[in-house]
Amino acid sequence: MADGSIGTPAIGASVRRREDYRFLTGQGTYTDDINRPGQVYAYILRSPHANARIGGIDTSAAASSPGVVAVFTGKDLEADGIGGLPCGWLINSKDGSPMAEPPHPVLVTDRVRHVGDHIAVVIAETLGQARDAAERIDIDYAVEPAVVDSVAALRPGAPLVWEQAPGNVCYDWHLGDSAAVETAIGKAARVVKLDLVNNRLVPNAMEPRAAIGEFNRATGEYTLYTTSQNPHVIRLLMGAFVLHIPEARLRVVAPDVGGGFGSKIYHYAEEAIVTWAAAKVRRPIKWTADRSESFMSDAHGRDHVTHVELALDADAKFLALKVSTLANMGAYLSTFSTCIPTYLYGTLLAGTYTTPAIYVETKAVFTNTVPVDAYRGAGRPEATFLLERIVDLAADELGIDPAELRRRNFIARDAFPYQTPVALQYDSGDYQTTLDMAMEAAGYAGFEARRREAAGRGKLRGIGIATYIEACGIAPSAVVGSLGARAGLFESAAVRVHPTGSVSILTGSHSHGQGHETTFAQLVSDHLGIPIDSIEIVHGDTAKIPYGMGTYGSRSLAVGGSAIIKAMDKVIAKGRKIAAHLLEAAEADIEFKDGEFTVAGTDRSKSLGEVALTAYVPHNFPHDELEPGLDETAFYDPKNFTFPSGAHIAEIEIDPDTGHLTVLNFTASDDFGRIVNPMIVAGQVHGGLAQGIGQALLEGCVYDTETGQLLTGSYNDYAMPRAADFPNFVLSTHVTLCTHNPLGVKGCGEAGAIGAPAAIANAIVDALKHLGVRHVEMPATPERLWRTIQEHQTRAAAD
Amino acid sequence: MYEFDYHRPTSLDDAAGRLSDEDAKLVAGGMTLIPTLKLRLAKPTQLIDLGALPGLTGITEDGDSVVIGGMTRHADVNRSEVVKRVVPALAAMAGLIGDPAVRNRGTIGGSIANNDPAADYPAGVVALNATVRTNKREIAADDFFTGLFETALEPGEIVTAVRFPKVAMANYQKFRNPASRYAIVGVFVARTSAGVRVAVTGAGASVFRVPAMEAALTASFTADAIKDIAIPDDGLNSDIHASAEYRAHLVTVMARRAVAACG
Repeated sequence: MADGSIGTPAIGASVRRREDYRFLTGQGTYTDDINRPGQVYAYILRSPHANARIGGIDTSAAASSPGVVAVFTGKDLEADGIGGLPCGWLINSKDGSPMAEPPHPVLVTDRVRHVGDHIAVVIAETLGQARDAAERIDIDYAVEPAVVDSVAALRPGAPLVWEQAPGNVCYDWHLGDSAAVETAIGKAARVVKLDLVNNRLVPNAMEPRAAIGEFNRATGEYTLYTTSQNPHVIRLLMGAFVLHIPEARLRVVAPDVGGGFGSKIYHYAEEAIVTWAAAKVRRPIKWTADRSESFMSDAHGRDHVTHVELALDADAKFLALKVSTLANMGAYLSTFSTCIPTYLYGTLLAGTYTTPAIYVETKAVFTNTVPVDAYRGAGRPEATFLLERIVDLAADELGIDPAELRRRNFIARDAFPYQTPVALQYDSGDYQTTLDMAMEAAGYAGFEARRREAAGRGKLRGIGIATYIEACGIAPSAVVGSLGARAGLFESAAVRVHPTGSVSILTGSHSHGQGHETTFAQLVSDHLGIPIDSIEIVHGDTAKIPYGMGTYGSRSLAVGGSAIIKAMDKVIAKGRKIAAHLLEAAEADIEFKDGEFTVAGTDRSKSLGEVALTAYVPHNFPHDELEPGLDETAFYDPKNFTFPSGAHIAEIEIDPDTGHLTVLNFTASDDFGRIVNPMIVAGQVHGGLAQGIGQALLEGCVYDTETGQLLTGSYNDYAMPRAADFPNFVLSTHVTLCTHNPLGVKGCGEAGAIGAPAAIANAIVDALKHLGVRHVEMPATPERLWRTIQEHQTRAAAD
Repeated sequence: MYEFDYHRPTSLDDAAGRLSDEDAKLVAGGMTLIPTLKLRLAKPTQLIDLGALPGLTGITEDGDSVVIGGMTRHADVNRSEVVKRVVPALAAMAGLIGDPAVRNRGTIGGSIANNDPAADYPAGVVALNATVRTNKREIAADDFFTGLFETALEPGEIVTAVRFPKVAMANYQKFRNPASRYAIVGVFVARTSAGVRVAVTGAGASVFRVPAMEAALTASFTADAIKDIAIPDDGLNSDIHASAEYRAHLVTVMARRAVAACG
């Protein structure tokens, strides 16, 4: 159905997004659009220093400033017994000891640990008054040396971020068979080695974070409106660990949310501050981040320093992979920070290959920087980047085409289910086909002619392949629980069939741009045979939806969608019983198809609407057997992760005079399992590619290594990708079904950001390898590329 | 932003008179000042909006030159048939400033009075040997830009127009900062009856000319004539986007390309 407004579109139709009318006409309701009666405004006073001891905080002048309702500091929270922000995943070190888990206060009391750290909140009638008053807070800082990068933080004598973490080490984790890897390296025909950095990124959701706290004195109920990807998780964490409010008295609403990319998964201090303070001042309190605050308080992503070694035999078959990574945690442990460079990273290091022995060790390091947590891809881009870089480097060293080296080492399409040496069992995939598709679409075979043509114009042209595997649909609760997760990772759905046959779906997933209101409605329309306009998707409000885990890790369709299917099947099962009663037939003879319950082999049928009406007006109803109503809830706990995969190919050209790089062509061939809405999938891939190419070429969070100041604290200095930076993306999909969820879906939200950085980096090295270049760090800015060319030309001349 | 008094005078004298308050600020397009105010990096007592002053907007042909009113928007310069005919390189340069929103708000007077070291207009004004008109006098381009965010404007002085003489050949080449899209280096080369001028923005504290290139190009107006002229990186800007060494290198590359583009 082209316009998506009517009918019962099948799974696989590019239904236009139902939510876009309100988004594109400015009629969405985002947190900052909500205003509550009597609302006042919060301004958070943040640290200008990266590391300083606080001798004292004098708020008296601020408290008496015009319009000020209250000023609170960490001492006020302490006095109320308010807890710290919890970390949701326990990682144990190699020796079995638990990670260092220092406190994460909502407002600090005696020390600031990064620029932007929370010190005090000023609540006033207007935001301007709150800001004015905040400037009158007098703080006695004793500034101390700061450390911002993970390598420096491990050096003897480095500033110590936490006394509880000697040497700034949070944990020293490992996975895999070290002895097998060392043995394989010892007998290898060749061992290829590389040091690389995965650059720190700032998420930059279009909508800055915001929160409104409200307390109803009459009922004792709290409400938090917040920019969250998972309102139930926020209610649990904030209610149970921070503010000690039982679920029944705490409602969390995440209305329309304008992008998250992971950064809105976590429980942030501001949410607790406005909720707690709303009860103190008996007024609703709104806080909205400005962009500068987003840069210094949203959890950042990536920031790995890695050494990798790949051992190959004489036939260029991979024998072993050895990886050693430093992961920068920042100054505090954000909600899921600890699992990203471990179980969402190390477990992905088999990639698409049959490497029989893998060993990975990750040392997580505290620094005086903003906390680092999941950002689109979360661990999997980091794994893919190092793996695809070392594979390309091996191809170059062995003189084998990168596509051929990959072909020799792919897991074959008939080898599934495939058990990797790093815990995961892949259920399905077809890596050679997606690579073949990408190579065909990218004109890989004709590239050398294009390289020569570019050389004739004085340009350096390169082509780069990256294949990837990701683990999505997180995750079997029992599995993640055994690995240290402090949460379950199922999803919930309620299917509420109304008396006349329209349907409300209450989902624990949360859409912050993904188009669930369309995709989920397609599932329901397809499964129940009712028009899409009769289907309402409800999400984001703990007062409405069953307990659910939210949206991240490309899990909404695979886990949330499966829960919807499961709940619909319960509705259909009950409907069959009701229809059997109405049609005076045996239940076993009732078939359900296209919205009709039919006695098999006859034209006698009852529509879903008729059955629903009977369920709610149960005059003629099998009361002995059934309860009235047609309203079913299901919880779906996945049996395994899903494993989207694919191949990306980038073709680039570098101007050696300036280092300026142009992306000429970008091809992505992906296997996302069954596709519900190809247009939405393409949009997800486009966005992911933009962020992945952005990481490769433009984006990089930079701190001053002396002062700990955030140097890329605005769009003047943090380079966001723009449409003009990209060619038209050439996309295709290949389907191998997920074998363990009812839809056969795998997830598509992160793929672009996972494959693209390595494809671009490989293309750059391909363009420069004749100069002896083995690697170029990200972001590959014009100066970095120019300098790399200069240095290698100088070296070549000297030789 | 902090509180301030807002005025929208309708005469130049009224506007200039208000500048006797040294903490008063003029606002033209506001493309630099408004973000500065929002970040609380400036605390003016008064904001004097030039938007209602008569006669400051528009583009006129005056003999062998074009006169652009101080409040003329970049987008209007970019689209002007007169500018495209008399100094086409200037129209093209205006189209490279910021983004469409900035070009539809930002003004030539605001840009040159602010003299941001990475702004485009200063290079055009100097290379084209323009004359800046104020409410008090005329100032030659070479005398106007005096340093980092500094100009020859005196207290109470307001840019009313800029006069650009017709040019035989000119071209502006800009290497953008990937984040801000300001010039990391921008080189404006102009060949006029009075000689060749090469003006560089983005690289130093303020726009500067490159006499060695001008001499070489006067002798032979070819890209090859300047390919080996390197400018010293001493004193050039250096930041996380581009070192002084890289900027010095880009000056030669952009100058060469500007000459080549003059065709």
